[in-house]
Amino acid sequence: MREVRVRDLVVRFGDREVLDGVRLDARPGELVSVIGPSGCGKSTLFNVLAGLVEPAAGSVLVDGAPASGSTFAYMPQKDLLFPWRTVLDNAALGLEVGGLGKRAARERAAPLFEPFGLAGFENARPSELSGGMRQRAALLRTVVQARDVLLLDEPFGALDSLTRTSMQEWLEVMRARYGWTVLLITHDIREAVFLSDRVVVLGPRPATVRRVVEIDLPRPREVRMLATPTAAALEAELLAVLREPVTAPPSRAAID
Amino acid sequence: MSVRLSTPAVRRPAAPEPPRDAATPSRGRLRRVLPALVVVAVLVAAWQWAVTAFAVRPQVLPSPLRVVEQGWLFRDALWTNTVPTLQVTAVGFAVSLAVAWVLAVVVDFSPWLRQALLPLLVASQTIPIIAIAPLLIIWFGFGLLPKVVVIALVTFFPVAIGLIEGFSSVEREATNLVRSMGAGRWREFRYLRLPAAMPSFFTSLRIGITYAVTGAVFAEYVGARAGLGIFMNLQKNSFRTDLVLAAVIITAVISVALFGLTYAVQRLVMPWYAAERRRA
Ligand SMILES: Nc1ncnc2c1ncn2[C@@H]1O[C@H](COP(=O)(O)OP(=O)(O)OP(=O)(O)O)[C@@H](O)[C@H]1O
Ligand SMILES: [Mg+2]
Repeated sequence: MREVRVRDLVVRFGDREVLDGVRLDARPGELVSVIGPSGCGKSTLFNVLAGLVEPAAGSVLVDGAPASGSTFAYMPQKDLLFPWRTVLDNAALGLEVGGLGKRAARERAAPLFEPFGLAGFENARPSELSGGMRQRAALLRTVVQARDVLLLDEPFGALDSLTRTSMQEWLEVMRARYGWTVLLITHDIREAVFLSDRVVVLGPRPATVRRVVEIDLPRPREVRMLATPTAAALEAELLAVLREPVTAPPSRAAID
Repeated sequence: MSVRLSTPAVRRPAAPEPPRDAATPSRGRLRRVLPALVVVAVLVAAWQWAVTAFAVRPQVLPSPLRVVEQGWLFRDALWTNTVPTLQVTAVGFAVSLAVAWVLAVVVDFSPWLRQALLPLLVASQTIPIIAIAPLLIIWFGFGLLPKVVVIALVTFFPVAIGLIEGFSSVEREATNLVRSMGAGRWREFRYLRLPAAMPSFFTSLRIGITYAVTGAVFAEYVGARAGLGIFMNLQKNSFRTDLVLAAVIITAVISVALFGLTYAVQRLVMPWYAAERRRA
């Protein structure tokens, strides 16, 4: 388990500036959420961490040293389960790509099917799974790579609200059981409050960090905690920060 | 309320589900080919009727009955000429497939070669085969080679293009996923681009293979020692229109059979595809 520090990250695509000095910290075993308006660069931030996009400036440090390619396990916004692979082989994909033999990869992925609620579906095709099961399969594919930090990009965004709630509870249990360190992108403020130790709020593109909000709710988290005044206040604070208008650069008149 | 593990309510046994139409496979297939059979029957009947009604001379247009009759009488000659055509088709299409695969993979790995080769591939399709086939015989003689070249020329293009487009059909997010798992360009190809290209490959394979038999017959027509093409040419010169048509029927049957074969191979290579399509 590692400590992640992102410092002053700047990303540009051509002359489109996407990230403008983003900074973020996650200690081992923490779950840190990133929220921000659509298109502000949240996925781009994860792409940098996963080594897929070269930043124009800034650094990603893991335990104080520059991150290597194998620190982060990435779960993209779409589940991207391959139709030509069975669910088990999809789950084992990362291990196979990482150089493990097919049989060994399967043997390592298979024991996780029970705790992930996928037992019995090893030989099914992804199209036979429900939405929630597809997300769990995609998460299994991410987790089984045994990397230090999980990057989850809106893992429950496509689910109906009932399934989403049960998936959030499930993630809370699994995270506690396995001690994962998680960075999570979400659009859902309640989800961020329910799951996180800390929420990083980004502003519109080019994204900067607007505020970092500590979520001081006890663990393990339970759904009823969301009804407490503390949680309600946190939700209200996050919403307010998100909806702050873009501050215009101070004009001469204002300064005078 | 306490936190609990939410597992799916429905548990599925690990055994594969039985195919939905397992009970009536032959009847299902029959129903699929029935419309085609009906159309063929109607056309043949109309042909038979027209030839009799207008008393057309068999040198101009023989009746279907006569075609079958004479075809049967000359079955030995037809068979000895079918075998070389099949051989030429098989070798020619195999070469064509090999060329298409090598080109497509090379082009997929090198953007530079893609820029360099794609215009050439397109240009190769503007070669008038009618003009070049006799030259091929002058250059390479009456053996296998000129025919293989003709078949490859007419069939490699759709296959190569189908593969190239199939390889590049993958989403950027999927590429990012396998890259994040540590894949380099080769593993990206093996685990993602190659399997993703299979549906497109089989579509283009079907287009290519239907041209293969025609290409073989054409190449033989221009010059060969044996084969359905040269057989047709000889029979035409002695006004045996019925035997020409008998040979045509054989080429049609071979083409349809090869076309059907691609589906069988597809089911072996991509068992997932049919189920996927059925669900979509
Ligand atoms: N490879 C790329 N090349 C050019 N522009 C890109 C690239 N990737 C992302 N962008 C642009 O960067 C901006 C941020 O995209 P990103 O996907 O990071 O947003 P996001 O915050 O994840 O949005 P959403 O919440 O909708 O998922 C967008 O304007 C997008 O068009
Ligand atoms: Mg995104």
